[in-house]
Parts: sequence; C-alpha cells; structure tokens
Amino acid sequence: MARGTAAGPRAVLAYLIRRLFAAAVMLVVIILVVFGIFFLVPRWAGVDPATMFVGKQADPAAIEAVRQKLGLGEPIFVQVWEFFKGLFVGRTYASGGDVTNCAAPCFGYSFRNEQAIWPVLTDRFPVTLALALGAAVLWLIFGVAAGVLSALKRGSLWDRGAMIVALSGVSLPIYFTGLLSLAIFSYGLGWLDAQYVPFAESPTGWFGGMILPWVTLAFLYAAMYARITRATMLEILGEDYIRTARAKGLREPVVIGKHAMRSTMTPILTMFGMDLGALIGGAILTETTFSLPGLGQAVLTAINTKDLPIILGVTLITSLAVIFANLVVDLLYAVIDPRVRLS
Amino acid sequence: MSENAEDKAVSIPAQSTGSATLTKNAAPGETLLKVTGLQKHFPIRKGLLQRQVGAVRAVDGIDFEVKSGETLGVVGESGCGKSTMGRLITRLLEPTAGTVEFEGRDITHLGVGAMRPMRRDVQMIFQDPYSSLNPRHTIGTIVGAPFKLQGVTPEGGIKKEVQRLLSVVGLSPEHYNRYPHEFSGGQRQRIGIARALALNPKLVVADEPVSALDVSIQAQVVNLLDDLQQELGLTYVIIAHDLSVVRHVSDRIAVMYLGKIVELADRDSLYKAPMHPYTKALMSAVPIPDPRRRSAKSERILLKGDVPSPISPPSGCRFHTRCWKATEICKTVEPPLLELKPGQQVACHHPENAEDQAPHDTVLLTAARDAVELVAVGTAAELAEAERAAAAATEEPADVAKTSGPEAGNAGDDAAAAADAGTEGESPEPTEK
Amino acid sequence: MTELSKSGAAMTEPVKDSRPPSAFLEVRDLKVHFPTDDGLVKSVDGLNFTLEKGKTLGIVGESGSGKSVTSLGIMGLHTAGQYGKRKAQISGEIWLDGTELLSADPDYVRKLRGREMAMIFQDPLSALHPYYTIGQQIVEAYRIHNKVDKKTARRRAVEMLDRVGIPQPDKRVDSYPHEFSGGMRQRAMIAMSLVNNPELLIADEPTTALDVTVQAQILDLIRDLQKEFGSAVIVITHDLGVVAELSDDILVMYGGRCIERGPAEKVFYEPRHPYTWGLLGSMPRLDREQTERLIPVKGSPPSLINIPSGCAFNPRCPYADVPKDNVTRTVRPELSEVGSQHWAACHMTQEQRERIWIEEIAPKL
Repeated sequence: MARGTAAGPRAVLAYLIRRLFAAAVMLVVIILVVFGIFFLVPRWAGVDPATMFVGKQADPAAIEAVRQKLGLGEPIFVQVWEFFKGLFVGRTYASGGDVTNCAAPCFGYSFRNEQAIWPVLTDRFPVTLALALGAAVLWLIFGVAAGVLSALKRGSLWDRGAMIVALSGVSLPIYFTGLLSLAIFSYGLGWLDAQYVPFAESPTGWFGGMILPWVTLAFLYAAMYARITRATMLEILGEDYIRTARAKGLREPVVIGKHAMRSTMTPILTMFGMDLGALIGGAILTETTFSLPGLGQAVLTAINTKDLPIILGVTLITSLAVIFANLVVDLLYAVIDPRVRLS
Repeated sequence: MSENAEDKAVSIPAQSTGSATLTKNAAPGETLLKVTGLQKHFPIRKGLLQRQVGAVRAVDGIDFEVKSGETLGVVGESGCGKSTMGRLITRLLEPTAGTVEFEGRDITHLGVGAMRPMRRDVQMIFQDPYSSLNPRHTIGTIVGAPFKLQGVTPEGGIKKEVQRLLSVVGLSPEHYNRYPHEFSGGQRQRIGIARALALNPKLVVADEPVSALDVSIQAQVVNLLDDLQQELGLTYVIIAHDLSVVRHVSDRIAVMYLGKIVELADRDSLYKAPMHPYTKALMSAVPIPDPRRRSAKSERILLKGDVPSPISPPSGCRFHTRCWKATEICKTVEPPLLELKPGQQVACHHPENAEDQAPHDTVLLTAARDAVELVAVGTAAELAEAERAAAAATEEPADVAKTSGPEAGNAGDDAAAAADAGTEGESPEPTEK
Repeated sequence: MTELSKSGAAMTEPVKDSRPPSAFLEVRDLKVHFPTDDGLVKSVDGLNFTLEKGKTLGIVGESGSGKSVTSLGIMGLHTAGQYGKRKAQISGEIWLDGTELLSADPDYVRKLRGREMAMIFQDPLSALHPYYTIGQQIVEAYRIHNKVDKKTARRRAVEMLDRVGIPQPDKRVDSYPHEFSGGMRQRAMIAMSLVNNPELLIADEPTTALDVTVQAQILDLIRDLQKEFGSAVIVITHDLGVVAELSDDILVMYGGRCIERGPAEKVFYEPRHPYTWGLLGSMPRLDREQTERLIPVKGSPPSLINIPSGCAFNPRCPYADVPKDNVTRTVRPELSEVGSQHWAACHMTQEQRERIWIEEIAPKL
C-alpha cells in the first residue's frame, strides 16, 4: 500500500540519474570499442596501425615517427589511457624533437593533412545536424499526421493512397528519390537551387539549398512513421481506456488528440531514438547526392583517401550523438509514460 | 531407483494399449504425490549489475499429499501461489527448496531426460483454451503430439487412438482434421483434456480448467472431468479461484494464502465448519445466487483491503493484517499446520470451530478491530422484511414443496452459521456499529 | 414498480409508439447489428425493458448474448472506435428521462454521457488510462460537465475517492492506475463514474476481474452508493450470484434477445424458460447441499450471424420435442406474461413449463 509516492519528483530524479549513469557507462564502452577497432583489430589482422595512419606511400621513417607519436610501442593499457585522456585534456604527440599538439577534445590527428580532427568535425557536424534535425521535424509532422489520418479513415481512398505512397517511400532508395527530385525541381523546373550555401553567408540561400535534402531524407522516414503510427493508433483506439474516455462524455477530437495520441507517442519515440542513430547512414547518401559538406561527405572522402583518423573521429562523434539522442528519448519516455520511471 | 523407473516406462504403453478405458494405476488410497516443504521464490533483480534485491515468495513452504483416485482442490485468491504450485508439481518450474515425490520417487531435481517418462504420468490442463492450443496445428496433431514426443505408438495407430480420445471427451472423431479456431471455448477445453489424457496419465493437474468458460459450458466440462475420473481412475489436482466449483469437484481442499496452505481438509468438514478465519471469510464472500438470502446475510464477513504483497509477506501468521481475531502471537509466531480434527488441518492460533491454540493470548491487535466489517442488517424494517421473505420461502407451496430437501439443508447451514455467530460472540469481535 | 406492468405489456408486441414513457429508462425494440464480411451480426435483436430510478436491473447472459452491446447502445458507444469499418446499425427507441436518445443529436447524447449516464467497466486496469493519474482522470470527467477550476475539481476528486473507500485519498489522488491494486482501481473507476451524480449507472461485469473477497467489497459499495445516490443501475454479468446480490429485476438474454424477465425472486424461484433452468442447473452452489452432478446445457451458444429461426434456444433445449399446440416452430416466441410482471419467451404452454419446473428441474437443484 505504500507504493503511492513512487511516481513523485524524486522517482523522476532517480530515474534521470540512473539514465545519465547508464549513458556514461555506455560512453566509456563505446570509446573502448572504437579504440579496439582502430588500434587492436588491425594488429591482429597483421597490419601495422601506423601504416594505416600515415598511408601506404609514406616512407619508413615517417611511419616510425607516427608509431612513436601514437605510442604504439607502449603496452595496450597505456595506449588506451592516452587515447582516453586525449579526449578530455588534449594530447601531445611527440617523436624526438618533432612535437605535435592536439588540443582537447583530441579526437585524433591526421598526420597526412597535419591537422587535428576536432576542428574538421566541428566544421562538418552542424551541416549534418541541420540536415538530420530539419528532416526529423518534417517527417515527424507529416508522417505522424498521415498515419493518424489513415487510422481514422481506415479503408478509405485516402488511407489506401497514403499507404501506397508510404510503401514506395520505404522501398525507394535515397539516391533514387534524391536524384529524381533534383532532376524535377532543380534542373527541370528550376524552383530550387541545388547548391549548398553556408548559413553565415546567406540564411535564405542556405534554407533554399536545404529544402530538397530535407524533403528527400524526410520522405523515407515519414513513410515508415506513417505506417507505424497508423498501426499503433488503430491498436490504441481499440483500448478500453479510449472507450472510458468516450463514456465520460469527452469530445472525439479530445479523445483522439489527448488520450489516444499520448499512448501512440511511445512506440514512435522508441523508433525515433533508434532512427537518430541510423540517420547518419542515411545522411551520407543524402549529403553525397546533394553535395552537402557534412560528416557523411567527410567520411566518404576519407575512405577514398584512406585517411583513417577522420573515420575514427566521425565514428566517435556519431556514437556520442547516438548516446545523447537516446538519453533524450529515455527522458521523454519518463515524461510520457509514468510506468517507465519505476523500472 | 532408475531401474524401477525403466520398468514403469515399459509397463505404461502396455497399459495404455490394454483395456483402453479402464486402467487403475495405483490402488486407491495409496499416496501418489507427496510434497514436502515446497518453495518457489522468484528473484527480483535490479540495477545495472542485476543484483537480487528481493524475491517474490510465490510458494513458501507447503506440505501435502495426494492419494490415488482422489481430487485435491486448491483455492485461493490471485497471488496466493496456487498456479505456481501447480507448475511445481508438474515440474514445469524448478522448486527453490523442498521435495516432490511421485509414487515414492523423488522427482524434485530430475533433468529433462529423466523427467520424460514421468511426463506421461503427470499431465496438465490449462486455463485458457484459446492460447494453449497451437492455431496452426490440426486437432489430430495436437492431441497426437504426446505420442510423438514420447515415441509411443498405441495399438491401432495414433490416428485411431486420437479419434477414440476425441470421442471420450465428447467430440466427434471427424474433428480430427479441423483447426482450433473452428471450435468454441468449451470444445477447445475438451481438446486440451483429450491431449492431457493421451498417454493415460495417473495424475492430472488442472489450472483453472473452467474459469474461462461460460456458465452453461463450465458444467459440461466439470461433468466431463468427473466422468473421466470415474472411468479412468484418474487423480486430480484442481486449482481454481471459484469456491463453488472447487467444492463440487474436490474430495479434499487446500486453501492457500500468500504462498502457504492455511487449511487442508476434507470437503465437507471444510465447507460445513471452516477453521481458518480466512477460509471462513473467503466462503462468506461468495455471492449467493439466491435473492432471498440477500437481505438476510448478516453472516457475511467483509475483509478490508487487499492481499499483501508476496515480496514482503507479513510476519507470523500471514493473515494477521486482515484477520479480526489476530492477537500479539499471530504477529510474531507463525502457526504450524496442525490436524485439529481428523481430516482437517489448519494453521491458526485462534481457529474457528475448534479449540483455541493460544488461549492465553486474548488481547486483540488494534488492526484486528477494524479488519472486517460485518454486512449487517441495517434497519429493523429490513430485518422484518428478511424474516417475511424467509417465512414466504417456507410457505410458498408450489416450488418449495419440491425443494424441501435442499431447503432443509439450508436450514442446517443457517443453524451452523448461527452457532458460529455464537462462538464469535465470545471472542472480542467487533460487531456492527 | 406497479406502473411497470403497463409499460411491460408493451413488451409483448413491439409497438411503434414515440410517446414519452413514464418510466425513467425505457428501451423499445432495440436492435444493434454489426455488418461484417461473414454476414450481419445481430448482437441485439429486439430488446425491450424499463427501469425506474433507485432500482437495479440485472442483465444476465453468456458471452455473445448481446448484454454488453446493449449497454454500449444505451450509452451511444456502439459505433465508437469503428473507424473505417462498416458502421453498426442501431434501431428502436431508448428513452432516458423523457428524451429519446437514438434520434437525438449525437452531441446532445455525448453531453449526457458521464453526467446523466455513466459506466463502470470490467477490467479497471485497462479501462483507466495508464499515463494519467487517477486524479487527473477524475478531474477531467468532472470538468467536462462542470465549469469549475482545477482546484475545485481536484477537491471533488479527493472527496469521491474518500467516498468509495480509498485510504489517504488526498495522497492517492496523485497515483497512477498501475500503483493501485485491482480492488482499489475498481473503486477509483466507480468514483470517476459517479463524480457527476449520474442518474443511470451501467456496470458491465464490475467484479469479474476481481478476487472474491474484493468482489464482496465492491458489490457492497455499489449497493451502498445506489442507496445514497438513488440512481438507476444496470448490472451486466454472467454470474447469477452477483445478479442475485444486486438486482431488483432480472433480464436473461440469449442470442441477442430477452428470453425471460421479471423480479429477481420470480426468476430464481419460478423461472419459466428452459434456458434459465439450464443456467441455474449448471451452477454449483455453496448455499445448497452438494449435488451429485451439475445439469449442463448441451451444445454451444448460437452464432449471432445465423440465429436459429424460431426460438434461438431450440437446438440446445432439452424440451424442444415436447408437443406444442398451435405453434409454428419456425416462429420466434414472443415474451408472454407468466406471472405478475414476469415474462418469458417460450413455445411451451405455461402449464407445461410449470409442471416441468416443479417436477423435473427444481428437485435436482
């Protein structure tokens, strides 16, 4: 009987602390895994990590210098510690008199381009973030709205039409829809510019250039969200508590908009949390199609030039973004569903 | 021991293929199942490291025996551990402690392989006839599955045997190729029973076999279980929350409360003179399908509140938080299950209809004073009305003349109830205010 | 109750009469049909009854007898949630306090819901929204129909929770449904349905999901509250014990129709329909000596798509072969008066039924 106070603010705070702690643990684990992938796996595979960091064409002396700088001769736990420390306090790569400074947060150093990775990431990340967030807003609004309408008008022409569009959205690859929209709206009709303009240069130009990428990326996800919203909404509408809401004398829009929507949000949120991670993959394709200077493009270039530190940096920062996004989603869960706070 | 088991394993197909309907496996009256100190605690794990922070003490030390050919009914409210108990004795769950002996053989910790021959002898019928049958399998496959699992081929082949089983449970043999969704709830429960009977088991554990069924169908299934027991000499453990159904089907009844057996008695003793206050409250709470008794149910005991959590059950007697007779000793000392009358065991310090086990302890707990509320006859007018109704019941010639037998029984019950009220009057019990 | 017999007489023949009735609630020739791919499901097929304030009507029937659909029909909730499906068809008349509901403006009926007529559902866990506190849900129910601020409504919620016997109501008002036990949830559900003092309360299997000791508490509470509020109550259940505990009148439904209706005493002591006999015989009873065998009803309930022509109970009736005079078997038997305010729908003559009940059925119960 003393369970009554469990949902109070203290429970929410406790839940918040638990999630933060879990996120911190996850963070450490991911950093270790990334380190393992880039420094240990190559060694087991018989490849010298130093070669990979310098590039195959480098002369042995340069490779040796990088090896010293990265401390590859040290025991593994020392390497891990250095790597880890670099993220928080910065790092100094030294080989004899040759000293390279990498300020905190040190996400690595591209010895080939002789530049720290962090500035590259901070340069690229906002573009990807803007692309992802803009698309997310679009698909949430349109996907969920289309799903709800479909559910309420199940079996109607609208429902069937929307679900056919949704199916095509899920099945068509981004480079197809992207190129198609470019061909129609940019090259064909000339309505939108296919050129990326930095925000600082011209906000309107930036916005105009982002419209097609946003819509293209959002189309894929909106389709998935429309489908899951429709299915969830139909299920929720059959719940007893919706009948109770009606039996109270609530108007139908309130029944749908308040009682049914709140429950429908839970699975949508779950999906959203997972998609924010997967989104980076989708962003690579979109960025390439529309020539946006984001992280995705940076990775693509890095892969082509075998510039390992960049790939490492992007891997790390996207992992961090996923952890952060999931943390936000977890907290939103607690706001929506009181039962989550207890578990 | 294991050789003995081999012998049995060999002898069973012979039995099942022999006289098809009438096989008495053990002499009636012999102990078939013996349960000692049985416990099942489900751990509760929390946190990142999944440390165990507590346990749901679903079954917390129970002892009983089931004799061959009898029916043991197990009643209790949700959370009392009756279903867990059923899954423990059929070894669908692994006990935390205690032993389960079947025909004198300890089967508590037998592995999957060693249990296989046992599985023939112990079968289970489940509550929900909708979810316990695989919708993609035909009735023939479902009922015939035990033969395939055990690698037994009955005389005349599996199909013939399945069709015979279907007719035994009152279904048509032509149903062999149909699917579960084509059947009503009652018919599905019959299919479940046919499956349980396939290997000619000795013990059938039925967990709420009729509670998902409509009233008129319930009676069909109850009668079927009855007939099958007589024909096949089956032994039943029937778990149910419905006290009327349990009374109807059982020879002996165990009443469970929070993982413990609080009373274990012959059917008639239990229903005529329950000893544990919980049993009494439970029985008086059952709504009586008789509008005439409505206005005159001063004997009803209305327990307050809910069953406490089995994670942290109350100390001493687990019922003391809701009991109107609870004293200090009930809070501290757990009463043992004692045979206070031949055929009636009870775990209570201050039993009804029997000698007080702790007569020196007379001071009621404060909680006990308002533990129950007697639904009293409110006003004198209502009382008079009730009496009129009772009088009318005996005067009305048409139907009552024919039902005089049961009515007389009622009168007896009433007298017993009145006697109860008398004994209660002696204990410092709260009366209606 | 005395004027019931007059309106009751109208039950025997469906009269197309749109005169407001004198009874508080009168249902005339109610039909609720659901079109499906397999055919028309006639869940309720011509139901008549009346109910006065302060009285309780028990509707008894097995699953699929149409008892729950009847309650949803009265509440105007039979089409709720049927988005995109073929809409349920409802016909007949439902008079509540002088107003016919089926022909009324839906928004008018909506405003009656929760204020004039309220409902308690079977499973309080699924009938309460898991994401809102008990208090929020009661406050909402109150504020739909009363223009008051949240504080006043909250005070009202606490008051109602206190009335239905929830300890520490000022604390528990902020709990979520999952933090309540089953019995407490049903109490909260009752508090919510009574927050606007409705004149009609429909309880659909109010105790089926509860344990027996908790069931006794809830039945007691419903009885008390009815005394206090003087509402008309419809209790829908499959449990004859629950009906006997609460009802003044009993209506037995089978295959979407009423087959017997009368005062509780009459239906239990002088039932005049073989199905009612079947129900009484199938039920093991704690208040009687142990019977050797139960007397079940053979067969299964009818499909509501293909209700047997004539009497719906005919295929399961042990007395189907009793010779009947001047009766066409394919004609559906109408309710006919078998006693004062007591009606049953059977082709056997009243004498035949009385004899069978007295000689064959009653002694075995």
